[in-house]
Amino acid sequence: MVDPNFIASLLASSIRAGTPLLYATLGEIITERSGVLNLGLEGIMITGAFTGFAISLATGNPWLGVLCGGIAGMLLALVHAFFSITLKANQSITGLMLVLLGLGITGFLGRNYIGEVAYYLDLIKIPVLSDLPYLGEVLFSHDPLAYLAVILAALLWFILFKTRYGLEIIAAGEKPEAADSMGVDVDRVRYISTLFGGFLVGIGGAYLSLAYAKLWTEGMTAGRGWISLALVIFSGWMPQRAIFGAYLFGGLDVLSFKLQAIGVGISYHFMKMLPYVVTILVLLVSVIRKRAAFGAPTALGTPYVRGKKE
Amino acid sequence: MKGKFLILFALAVVSAGLLAGCASEEEEQIKAAFVYVSPIGDAGWTYSHDLGRQYIEKVYGVKTAYAENVAEGGDDERVIRQFAEQGYDVIFTTSFGFMDATITVAKDFPDTIFEHCSGYKTAENVGTYFGRMYQARYLSGIVAGAMTKTNKIGYVAAVPIPEVIRGINAFALGVKKVNPDAKIYVVWTGTWYDPAKEKDAAISLIDEGCDVIAQHQDSPAAQQAAEERGVYSIGYHSDMSKFAPNAHLTAAIWNWSVIYSYIIEQVIQRTWKSEQIWWGIDKGVVGLAQFNDAVPEDVRKMVEEEKQKYLNGEVPEQYPFVGPIYDQQGKLVKAEGKVMTDEELLSMSFFVDNVVGEIPASSE
Repeated sequence: MVDPNFIASLLASSIRAGTPLLYATLGEIITERSGVLNLGLEGIMITGAFTGFAISLATGNPWLGVLCGGIAGMLLALVHAFFSITLKANQSITGLMLVLLGLGITGFLGRNYIGEVAYYLDLIKIPVLSDLPYLGEVLFSHDPLAYLAVILAALLWFILFKTRYGLEIIAAGEKPEAADSMGVDVDRVRYISTLFGGFLVGIGGAYLSLAYAKLWTEGMTAGRGWISLALVIFSGWMPQRAIFGAYLFGGLDVLSFKLQAIGVGISYHFMKMLPYVVTILVLLVSVIRKRAAFGAPTALGTPYVRGKKE
Repeated sequence: MKGKFLILFALAVVSAGLLAGCASEEEEQIKAAFVYVSPIGDAGWTYSHDLGRQYIEKVYGVKTAYAENVAEGGDDERVIRQFAEQGYDVIFTTSFGFMDATITVAKDFPDTIFEHCSGYKTAENVGTYFGRMYQARYLSGIVAGAMTKTNKIGYVAAVPIPEVIRGINAFALGVKKVNPDAKIYVVWTGTWYDPAKEKDAAISLIDEGCDVIAQHQDSPAAQQAAEERGVYSIGYHSDMSKFAPNAHLTAAIWNWSVIYSYIIEQVIQRTWKSEQIWWGIDKGVVGLAQFNDAVPEDVRKMVEEEKQKYLNGEVPEQYPFVGPIYDQQGKLVKAEGKVMTDEELLSMSFFVDNVVGEIPASSE
């Protein structure tokens, strides 16, 4: 006796809840594919969320807010890139530093923005298609950033696996010395990937404040950056799998709410834990099956120094 | 933002001055410190306390300081101790989880007054204070019960502790008073402040046909969800109508300045004694926010009549927790005419019979 309405609204909500995760995950996939581990997603996301909200409030233009949210994310990623690529510092530490930095700065600067109502992104109901029963609600009644995220995932898949530049990124992350000897500027590739990754993570944050919650509060990312890190592993560093993963992880919360709303008791503690449990399972499976397709880039987290064998 | 810098700068100067031992110049001025569990924010629990702090500062000329976002069981003891060392006359700790830290520090500073909100441990120099929010919840339930058309009312609940459960039950009893057919559907988010999740939870309830949404969390996200979906909502903590001008029917709100004034007056007159304060709507600690225009006159009148019962002592403070009260299994929890005791209210762990949903297993 599963009600199609229930399923339709569950799927639609999952897409909404999964979209900020998808942006952050795609950003981190691109970053990690080039060999840079950026653990600072939580800090970058919250910075994107705040910047987007503040700019939208100041200018009345939510799109400018989204753009600036991305740029703010990019600037934080630049800090990470400088330390981890140029200075060859420990990538985990600078990443974690970004978390504290982002949460701290936005908490401080964001004080006067709490309680404001900014201009936010409206839904785009695709004509005709959005009137389809069930499918219309699930697929064709979202805000523009939600559509864009899927297009972006496809585009990133294409760039990574079908273009020469994608090969360079993957080479920089797998065998930087080989890439170097082939004339690829490893540091440059890593810089670009990290900055672009930070841009996407920042947009994921801006999505939270401008399209999803439509308000700004301190610490509003509430762990979504960490979930996205788990999602990168879950999707095996594949942009196309990230779509499914993000909607699944986003949908877990929504599912727990929906089940409760129809009177099915389910512990939210359990649901909160589930994304991490699933990630561990995926890791286990990948180790057991030894499938390269599920593995991390070989040089992930290791700074590249020419002529030095790691 | 400039103001923020100035305040920080002023605080730095003041504390530097204290360290240098210049405090004696202002001996007569009473100093009160507040320890908050979350950022002050715009609408929630800590915000409501901070309004109280500002009130006593303005009205009694008390010098106040506060520390926000203090972790329970983490930084709390250090922060409380620091305020005590700086010579604050009275220190308010405004979260249940600060209880043990407050008691511990109070032992070392017998001349300092400590006031802990919502706890049960006291000492010679430690008092407790809280408000009977369930009374306002009950009144807001009457509004919800009268306004629902689908007879499905959604409640976005935070964390399964007695205070939240008590609020849900009081609300449900208010609904029942005017509309015995309506049911209250509870969704737990497990959060105090995650606007995105709380909004999802509210939308889930609305999707299932709920046309009035109540909430317990600090963020106004559930109100916004109701506004976007064109249903009604009941706020909590403070007037949340600014976030949902059409949806927001009323809110169950705190007015801490009543209790803070009472305590500060005693501190000023040096007559303070350790007490366990648990005041209700008769003292004005809790109440309802302004009604939305959509609330018809007869509903307002009904709410007012019930409110008067508290004011003129027609009902006990524990009302609406007066029998007969049945739990979800239909078991009689309190017999006709019997009143639940304060102890029973403070340890409440069941839902009344018109609530749909389960209480997640706690550590019991």
